[in-house]
Amino acid sequence: MRVDVDRDRCCGAGMCALEAPEVFDQDETDGLVVVLLTEPPDTLDDVVRSAAEQCPSGAVRLRE
Amino acid sequence: MTEVPPGARPLPTTRTTPLDPPPELLERQRECPVDRLRYPDGSEGWLITGYDQVRAALADLRFSSRKELLRSPVQPQEPSAAKPGFFVYTDPPEHTKYRRLLTGLFTLRRMNQLAERVKEIADDALDAMERTGPPVDLVPAYALPLPSLVICELLGVPYEDREVFQHNSTVIQDINTPIEQAYAALEEMQNFLAGLVERRRAEPSDDMLGGLAAHEELTVEEVTNVCFLLLAAGHETTANMLSLGTYALLTNPDQLALLRSGGTTIEAAVEELMRYLTVNHYGPIRAVVDDFEFEGCPMKAGETVTLSAFAANRDPKHFADPDRLDFVRGGRGQLSFGHGIHQCIGQQLARIEMRIGFQALLDRFPNLHLAVPQEDVSMRDSMLIYGVASMPVAW
Ligand code: HEM
Ligand code: SF4
Repeated sequence: MRVDVDRDRCCGAGMCALEAPEVFDQDETDGLVVVLLTEPPDTLDDVVRSAAEQCPSGAVRLRE
Repeated sequence: MTEVPPGARPLPTTRTTPLDPPPELLERQRECPVDRLRYPDGSEGWLITGYDQVRAALADLRFSSRKELLRSPVQPQEPSAAKPGFFVYTDPPEHTKYRRLLTGLFTLRRMNQLAERVKEIADDALDAMERTGPPVDLVPAYALPLPSLVICELLGVPYEDREVFQHNSTVIQDINTPIEQAYAALEEMQNFLAGLVERRRAEPSDDMLGGLAAHEELTVEEVTNVCFLLLAAGHETTANMLSLGTYALLTNPDQLALLRSGGTTIEAAVEELMRYLTVNHYGPIRAVVDDFEFEGCPMKAGETVTLSAFAANRDPKHFADPDRLDFVRGGRGQLSFGHGIHQCIGQQLARIEMRIGFQALLDRFPNLHLAVPQEDVSMRDSMLIYGVASMPVAW
């Protein structure tokens, strides 16, 4: 799976970092999403899907 | 496009049990998840109650948050403009401008760094409760001061000023305060915050107040209002979750036992309490600026749309057996912090306050219980944020 984020849409709610801290973080200064692993291992599929689902602004996109 | 059905009815507000939505609200969810609604000023608009539909509407930028367009579903008020800086009542690009000032200050990491202070604040309040001895009213002794002191900590209100801040914010948020007194406290608080912002303009500091005051492009009034919004949005909500959540725990002994025995995590319990209680029990509220179709229904310019997160959080199509408080299920996906670009910016802080707040209270008093019969704890359902007025507890 490949993870893409749209920082223009991100509203810094931090749901992604809460759901999948291995894959998402928030920038220290602007609080917007930062991807730590663009191609996370399969073992993280569930939490990454959940993070995309929980993101309130539709900023996280996944390609299978 | 479907026709507007005739005979819009008002928002059902009559509950038959303290913690469940009005039965008629859920009936309307079953009948029609996107339904006509009559507002107290006589106008007609919409009521959205289905989980999928509320979530979709919250993510749909065609719905506006501009306060001058919003009617209250429960009070016959003229819509009025929001004060500059109250960005919860703005749309992009204005909303984005203000929200981006705060996102960097509210990251999950920064909020986690506050956890230790939150614990100290909770412990201090619990020490005071122990010194007083049972019974103690949990609302003024614990639920109100905890979030108020946490906001002081967050903003960087100087220690010597905290008493003024805490006194006024508690008076404002306490639902037992007479209205004139609440207005006086409100004004005092605004002047007090404006004074702090002006001082930070003159002497920069690296706390949140200082960080916001440093934005020269904002007026002192705007910065003051942003700070005031944080207080208004973060104090009563969190306080009521703490008191009402404790009520829910003490009146659901099986779930309390499960939590105490480690059969579930505090994280799951808090998410499920958020879902089950939905303290913002009337909203969020949006307006239609230009005509469009939503889920096959004709949204007309000028109409107000009430999105019932409370009904959505009890939608059996999304949560199985939704009226049961169930910590094992956890409340993941609950809509009590909203959804979309306005989703609560303070949610990671509120989660920490609730996790630590409940855990510290339960750890301190292994035999915590209500000091009055359950029926004697009165709910204030006339308030925009649902909660208990007072709740004597003993241990
Ligand atoms: C359990 C406690 C809380 C609940 C239930 C809650 C609920 C909400 C909800 C439902 C919204 C969205 C409103 C809408 O879409 O129109 C919101 C927004 C907001 N909340 Fe919270 N909140 C809580 C705690 C906090 C705290 C602790 C803070 C700050 C310290 C805070 C600050 C805000 C702000 C500034 C907004 C506006 C965000 C925006 O418009 O972009 N909230 N909150
Ligand atoms: S959950 Fe979405 S909006 Fe929130 S920080 Fe992550 S990407 Fe941004």
